[in-house]
Amino acid sequence: MSTLLKAQSLVRTLPLTVPVTLVRDISLEIQHGEFVAIMGPSGSGKSSLLYLLGLLDIPTTGQLWLDGQDTSGFNEDTLADLRLAKLGFVFQFHFLLAEFTALENVMLPMRKLARLSATDMQKRAEKLLDDLGMADQEHKKPDQLSGGQRQRVAIARAMANDPLIILADEPTGNLDSVSSANVKEILRDLASQQGKTIITVTHDPVFAKAADRRIGLVDGRLDPNWVHPNAQS
Amino acid sequence: MRLQLSIAVTHLLARKRQTLVSLSGIVLGTAFFLAVSALMQGSEKDFIKRLVDNSPHITVSDEYRGADIQPAAMQWPDAAVNIRSIKPQTEVRGIRGYQQKLAFIESIPGLRVAPALTGSVVLTFAGRVQGVSMTGLIPESMREVSSIEDKMIEGSLEALNANPNGIIVGIGLINKFKLALGRNVTVTTSDGIVRSMKIVGIFRTGTANYDETQTYALLKKVQSLLNRPNRVNRFVIQLSDPNQARDVATLIEQRIGYKSVSWLEASEDIMSLLTVRNIIMYSVVTAILVVAAFGIYNTISTIVMEKTRDIAIMKSMGFHASDIQLIFLSEGLIVGLIGSLLGIAVGLGLMWILDQVVLPITAMGGPTHLPVYRGQRQFFIAFAFALFSAVAASYLPANKGGRVHPVDVLRGSM
Repeated sequence: MSTLLKAQSLVRTLPLTVPVTLVRDISLEIQHGEFVAIMGPSGSGKSSLLYLLGLLDIPTTGQLWLDGQDTSGFNEDTLADLRLAKLGFVFQFHFLLAEFTALENVMLPMRKLARLSATDMQKRAEKLLDDLGMADQEHKKPDQLSGGQRQRVAIARAMANDPLIILADEPTGNLDSVSSANVKEILRDLASQQGKTIITVTHDPVFAKAADRRIGLVDGRLDPNWVHPNAQS
Repeated sequence: MRLQLSIAVTHLLARKRQTLVSLSGIVLGTAFFLAVSALMQGSEKDFIKRLVDNSPHITVSDEYRGADIQPAAMQWPDAAVNIRSIKPQTEVRGIRGYQQKLAFIESIPGLRVAPALTGSVVLTFAGRVQGVSMTGLIPESMREVSSIEDKMIEGSLEALNANPNGIIVGIGLINKFKLALGRNVTVTTSDGIVRSMKIVGIFRTGTANYDETQTYALLKKVQSLLNRPNRVNRFVIQLSDPNQARDVATLIEQRIGYKSVSWLEASEDIMSLLTVRNIIMYSVVTAILVVAAFGIYNTISTIVMEKTRDIAIMKSMGFHASDIQLIFLSEGLIVGLIGSLLGIAVGLGLMWILDQVVLPITAMGGPTHLPVYRGQRQFFIAFAFALFSAVAASYLPANKGGRVHPVDVLRGSM
């Protein structure tokens, strides 16, 4: 296993009138094919750390290497290009474009990347949706889908450009228990069967248990001793 | 580009009613701009045409703009010269050596010229007396430079050739004197010459004063009446291109020395009035399009606000700020493009309706249509301005959309 993502002394401070530090001095390495769960109490900076690792946010200080590339000093457009080609996101809210069908939503990142022909894009998007059990929902718009289905489309969209890493921010936070279980299973399968590198923020200790590694976060700092209050139950 | 455009189209189609409202703003703005400017331009052109047709493009008269420089002033150019009791040389008034000057003017391409001699005479008929202005002309050349022939209601200009003792008078004089075609009137000049002349033609211009106090006769006849043989005091010039009047007038004045006045110079007050009118018209019509642009701004601002989450996810998946801007700018562009094209169509329709309006009475007499002018330039200006205002209106919201930071939205939506 080789290092895919390496963070060194990441600090993220919001420059408000009273500056708020979200992430304090975090260094970590994530290997190819690793399934990592970031855990911690609310407001501990889990999401903020995920945004930094996902190149969505720029650290106040510290360095980040993605796939051997030092990303410090990259401008917004370069970071966007890196995200497009190498990262896929799944958020708590599905963020599907309401006017587009499931298939079109999945094709969106492909069309932006523009590496495949139009027919290949469609084939790939169909396959991705098919693999997630959405074969017959392809031409439905998000408001015709259930919460769980929407999140599956969002996962397919995250997979669209075959990213190196999938970053998920409480992907099941808005779902009922059945859908939630389904989405978790999909992510676990992506990690275990397809060998995808997955970094997920979660509150769910059972889901976290399936991960290769759990990172505890308290007050923006790594806390190796942090245990979820529900871990025993 | 195609991706951004397809997103833009999807956004617009998803909000049909709002899009339609901003679209109709542009359509109406463009259409009214076209209709109003067609009418304004048409009436201006109509007005100028009447001005240009009814008055000579250039009039060369037997006057000088400046007084002759005195020999003493030439000798001592810097001195203050005071000469008392000078009297201008007594000479027969009129353009000296007019044949040569006429030949020179005729040599300029693109113009027609007619000599004329105008003087004052007194008409007497059955005890009534009226001082009139009598213009001596050569029918063949005057016909080329003046619309007097079109104004003839009885008789003709050529009748002067047939009857050298003929006179053409206006309808006002006919009514005042209770005259008719073929009757004789007595003409008395300031030198005391009395002649009887036969009415061979009657004209009506619609201007009462002109119809009462203007008469025409043969040039030779007037020269002998006024005792100014071989003289004329006016060249009436008509150009193929009236817009060159100023340049040609300057050229003629430089060469022959006599005062040459172009129609532009003669009616400068009217021309500046037309400019003021145009400024008023364009400000009003521009205001319509500016209001329409606010409609577009409103629509696209709303879309940007509604789509903040979409923008956030698109940026997080790798769209650049410029991609987002392009999406919203193209929305403005699409609305502007379709709006201005439809606006041109509606504008043409409005012009057609204006064409159907018939004005019952005008100064010229008979019923006329509204003067509607369809100039290519108007269409181009309307199209370009509508398009520009639509894109300009979408620029601010597009910029705002481009600046949306995904993390801000993601944090907010938790």
